[in-house]
Amino acid sequence: MNKKQDTRVLGMDQHDLNIFMKRYGIVFVMLGMFVILMFASPNFLKTNNLINILVSVSINGVLALGMVFVITAGGIDLSVGAMLALASTTIGVVLNLTGNNLLACLAAILICGLLGFVNGVLVAKFNMFPFVVTLASQLVIRGLGFVISGGYSFALANPKFSQIGLGKLFPLMPYPVIILLVVFMISYILLHWTKFGRYVYAVGGNINAATASGVNIFWTRTMTFVISGIFAGIAGILMTAKINAAQPNIGVGYETDAIAACVIGGASFAGGVSTIPGTLVGIVIIGLIYNGMNLIGIESYYQTIVKGLLIIGAVMLDMTINKKRG
Amino acid sequence: MMNANETYEHILDCKGVYKSFGGTHALQDVQLQVKKGEVHALLGENGAGKSTLMKIIIGLQKQDAGEIFFEGKPYNANDPAEAIRAGISMIHQELNPEPYLSIAESIFLKREDTFHHTPFLNKKETNRRAVELLKQYNLNMNPKALMESLTLAQMQMIEILKAVSCNARLVIMDEPTSSLDSEETERLFKTIRNLKEQGVTIIYISHRMEEIFQICDSYSVFRDGHFIGTGKVDQISVNELITMMVGRKVENIFPKVDCPAGDVVFKAEGLCGKGFHDISFEVRAGEIVGFSGLVGSGRSETMRAIFGLDPLTSGKMYLNGKEIKIKSPRSAISKGIAMINEDRKNYGLCLFRSIRENISLPNLPARQKGFLLNQRREKNECRVVAKTLTVKMASIESQAYSLSGGNQQKVVIAKWVMASPKLLILDEPTRGVDVGAKSEIHALMSKFASEGMAIIMVSSELPEVMGMSDRILIYHEGRINGEVMRADILNASVNQETILSKEFGGR
Repeated sequence: MNKKQDTRVLGMDQHDLNIFMKRYGIVFVMLGMFVILMFASPNFLKTNNLINILVSVSINGVLALGMVFVITAGGIDLSVGAMLALASTTIGVVLNLTGNNLLACLAAILICGLLGFVNGVLVAKFNMFPFVVTLASQLVIRGLGFVISGGYSFALANPKFSQIGLGKLFPLMPYPVIILLVVFMISYILLHWTKFGRYVYAVGGNINAATASGVNIFWTRTMTFVISGIFAGIAGILMTAKINAAQPNIGVGYETDAIAACVIGGASFAGGVSTIPGTLVGIVIIGLIYNGMNLIGIESYYQTIVKGLLIIGAVMLDMTINKKRG
Repeated sequence: MMNANETYEHILDCKGVYKSFGGTHALQDVQLQVKKGEVHALLGENGAGKSTLMKIIIGLQKQDAGEIFFEGKPYNANDPAEAIRAGISMIHQELNPEPYLSIAESIFLKREDTFHHTPFLNKKETNRRAVELLKQYNLNMNPKALMESLTLAQMQMIEILKAVSCNARLVIMDEPTSSLDSEETERLFKTIRNLKEQGVTIIYISHRMEEIFQICDSYSVFRDGHFIGTGKVDQISVNELITMMVGRKVENIFPKVDCPAGDVVFKAEGLCGKGFHDISFEVRAGEIVGFSGLVGSGRSETMRAIFGLDPLTSGKMYLNGKEIKIKSPRSAISKGIAMINEDRKNYGLCLFRSIRENISLPNLPARQKGFLLNQRREKNECRVVAKTLTVKMASIESQAYSLSGGNQQKVVIAKWVMASPKLLILDEPTRGVDVGAKSEIHALMSKFASEGMAIIMVSSELPEVMGMSDRILIYHEGRINGEVMRADILNASVNQETILSKEFGGR
């Protein structure tokens, strides 16, 4: 490695460049999309539109930031979409009973966190496959949502609740965007600045080595599912406020977008590789796909096709950059 | 067809075989000649090159140079399937059956089309042929039974049936009795004699001397990748065989620097578990205790249990005089026990994480500022440790897989040195490590001992154990079969032969 000093790009040798591309390659994809959309649509760069993009990705963003913990530890959580619905109906029921917004939010977060814990225990304690566990638990969770709402959508008893979705801190910053950024900061600190985060990487990277290094595998894996659940609860609050109703049938397929954001953002399904900023970029890219195509006037059918192709592209990119990974 | 023109003297004839991995020569000018219809023992210490040659013969590896003749014709297999087609099958030590196939399906696996003339499987015919084979070898098994329901000995029998039903003329058996009881062993020997009668030749690899003399006709001995000698089993004694086996060279041992042993740090009393029985020993501060023994003799198993990776069934452990119970590596680490695992890839490193993260992984609890990690301190400390251990790296942030084997091992050592344990267990610390790094690791071990650490070193390389240990405990089949002091080695009253013969069960 010392002898290879031939190709220097931006003052970096080959080794640094590889690390740089591995870390930030996807940022260029995002910037590229920005440039294309700038030329394609005059409305794209308007502040309103940019804020709109952030608002539109806030729900998926919060879900993805929870999902990335699970994926990094080598798992997957298919139950987050169903959790959105359960959070929504929980909020509706609690508001009907108490009318207290804060209480409703806490109840939604608590119940989703608790179900995340159950997911985690099934995976970590009983060694069941995360895919199967959450595939099954999402059915249970969605069912619970229907049970407590009696199967109906209903209006929220406290009209102020919708302010969470519509209100703005300053004339510019909508609450959903602020919540997304706060969740982003919390995730960043948890994954990159704490012991827990390191353990998540170690468990996903090499579970045997993690065990032999004294990592508590059970708690680490379980907590990733708890975090995913709590964040799903938060996303559920945003969603309920946005549609201003408690609905048991929302959130279908939301886990796909959350997983997609993680993968586009550089998370490896083999576990042990991901970053929080990368995930945010993945989230924004998905937002740009929807927004950009809307601006240009492409039908939504094509949007899903592009999203799918992009995920495959991202995984391929990941595999060519990290050649040794299977 | 088989007895048409047997003009060859040896069914298998390997001449001048060379093979090296990186810088290490696994085989140098090796020969092996096996006569038709005999049981030929292949002997040698751990790492003598037996397995490498067998891998070449069954097509798992390619020789760098040398010729192999099978049944008088030049022979060259690119993969095990090709070897089987040519008439050579191997019964591996670790059997790898398909658990949900029946005995019959398993025997004819991948050869279904030889008697299925439609696109569909012919279950009737498969079972009929299996019944025939089982009968021929006096095995009372139901061909429809699933592989997972069989004992290890039975699975092995099925493997042998599979080999003969492929018309194997040469069967290689790698430590076939290692997990059999005496009755099962007897059964296996019966089968081997049965095979012999039918003209099948067998290469028999085993560490159990008595078996060699019981079942084998002739032998070949390898040492350190070289061919040492061959002959008839009835014309040689156990001691002569052992003398031929010893004398492996391990270059660049940095001999242990003498330092006075302190108090007893770790004491084990009557430890029992899977693969070891009634193990008792002590390790003092500043002492390096070497554990020698053949691969599979239970040394690593004992260490894994002490470190909490596997359960102990009975026995007591004391650290600094206080009894300790260890349920997991986490509790071992918190009490001050660290272990460098022999399996570096699986238990040592997260290859795709940075060197820094790998080094600090077991040491994070002490490096927190409240809820957060003190990353600056972590980075500095990791740099210092990596520097003391002279890890050659582009940056502390490089991924672990970018390092060479020796440097990866140093990173593993670094992570445990940073934990400053009271007891450090090193299992094969220099396996797969180049010569330079090897002597550096030896020097480090001396340094840690002189700083008062108690050290256990498991090694399959006798010169390493003899050069580095204050005391050597010799394992034989899960028990301690002797203890050797450094003084005895220095005054030459104990040599490699004495130790190796104890490893083979001698007194």
